[in-house]
Amino acid sequence: MNKSYIKYFIFTLLTLFLGNKVQADEPTEGGVFNPGDMIIHHISDAHEWHLWTTTGADGKEHHVSIPLPVILYSEKGLEIFSSANFHNDLQTYNGYKLEHEHIYLADANGTILTDANGKKLAPLDFSITKNVASIFISAFLLITIFSAVAGGYKKNAGKAPSGIQSIFEPLIVFVRDEIAIPNIGEKKYEKYLPYLLTVFFFIWVNNLLGLIPTGANASGNIAFTMTLAVLTGVITNLSGNSSYWGHIFWTPGVPLWLRPIMLPVEVVGILTKPFALMIRLFANITAGHIIILSLMSFIFIFKSVAVGVPVSAFVVVMTMMELFVAALQAFIFTLLSALFIGAATEEHHHDDHH
Amino acid sequence: MELVTPGIGLIFWTALTFSIVFFVLRSFAWKPITTALKEREESITNALSAAEKAKADLQQLQSSNEKLLQEARNERERILRDAKSAADKMVSEATDKASTERNRIIAEAQEAIRQEKNAALAELKKQVADLSIDIAEKVMRKQLTDKSSQMDLVQSYLKDVKIN
Repeated sequence: MNKSYIKYFIFTLLTLFLGNKVQADEPTEGGVFNPGDMIIHHISDAHEWHLWTTTGADGKEHHVSIPLPVILYSEKGLEIFSSANFHNDLQTYNGYKLEHEHIYLADANGTILTDANGKKLAPLDFSITKNVASIFISAFLLITIFSAVAGGYKKNAGKAPSGIQSIFEPLIVFVRDEIAIPNIGEKKYEKYLPYLLTVFFFIWVNNLLGLIPTGANASGNIAFTMTLAVLTGVITNLSGNSSYWGHIFWTPGVPLWLRPIMLPVEVVGILTKPFALMIRLFANITAGHIIILSLMSFIFIFKSVAVGVPVSAFVVVMTMMELFVAALQAFIFTLLSALFIGAATEEHHHDDHH
Repeated sequence: MELVTPGIGLIFWTALTFSIVFFVLRSFAWKPITTALKEREESITNALSAAEKAKADLQQLQSSNEKLLQEARNERERILRDAKSAADKMVSEATDKASTERNRIIAEAQEAIRQEKNAALAELKKQVADLSIDIAEKVMRKQLTDKSSQMDLVQSYLKDVKIN
């Protein structure tokens, strides 16, 4: 059952790659390599999945990319079309213009419309971008893998795990015994374990997908990390018991005159916790990508084999390190989420000193 | 600035995808997996404690076996000792009995011998008396004739007498 799913998935991917590839001809921009632009381009989101670029005999660059669906919502209503439609000289389609991976409202000449203050007018962009597609792939992988793992538990009920089940069992047990139980406690952890497990594997798989060459940088995108951090924040505050809120609004254990001063500090604390989660994951993953891309840039700056060989060695080492960071950051995000939830649900005794 | 500006589209799709993954995995993966893990851990704990209990039982059984064996050994020794003393007693009793019997038989025999002797003596006395009377009678009868012949007669009678 699961094997046939995987076959179907691979088949779909292949048809995407082979059948829908689009060749766009763009003139080279002066032919000067700009590492900064290249890096920002690679770690940013895109409306198509760029695979590779070749330079033709006419000196033009041919970008081989998978076009992705563009979904826009503006005053004109909901519009869905392929990003391949932007492959024209004006990069304009149906009153929309794609400029630096942002879609703006434009007129027929490709001029971006602005409001009275000169601010560019843009529709709400719900496109299936490269990052969204990568997140979809991660969701598919997660559901496929863990259905198979769960199937293993049905098949080997009460027995030792086998196959894919034995790969993931230590990780699941690790999240339960090293993250959930020590931070939230034996009594309450079960309620939060599904969230922690999902967040751990979701971040990890997306981190790993980001390390695959041509892969997206979904987990290094601030929108991705913000969403997960906000989720942890919401769960933490919704689970907060009277003692948690008591600590925020009328901090016990401090002199009375200090308590009104503590109030804004504690309220800001509610926000800084998810904020730290957001920045930590974003910065770690993005920084890793930037380091690898910077090293790669040396090859194109010096255009030399003598530079290429050591740089490749460095890139291999850095990629190994990034593999570690991918797991580490997933662990840290999950650990801190558990810590915050644990602090919000902890039972305090009234005579406790803080 | 571009990098740290979250896009609404990615927020929307991340939230949606994460929620779908969360709800699907919660009911189809995490629940069965954590339940199965818990059940297996409990069954392992139970099996271990059962094994521990069985071990203790076995130890108890062994010690009670040892005790039983010791008791049996003691019992055997006691029986052997009793049997030996009984046998000794029987032998000594038999010896005593035999010696009394022997003494009794000897005494009886002595008594019988004595009685026989007495009877024989009495018989002898009687015969001697009879003989004496016979001789005396014959002597008395012959006396009337002659002295020498009387002596001869006595002599001849005495020849006839056989003292048994």
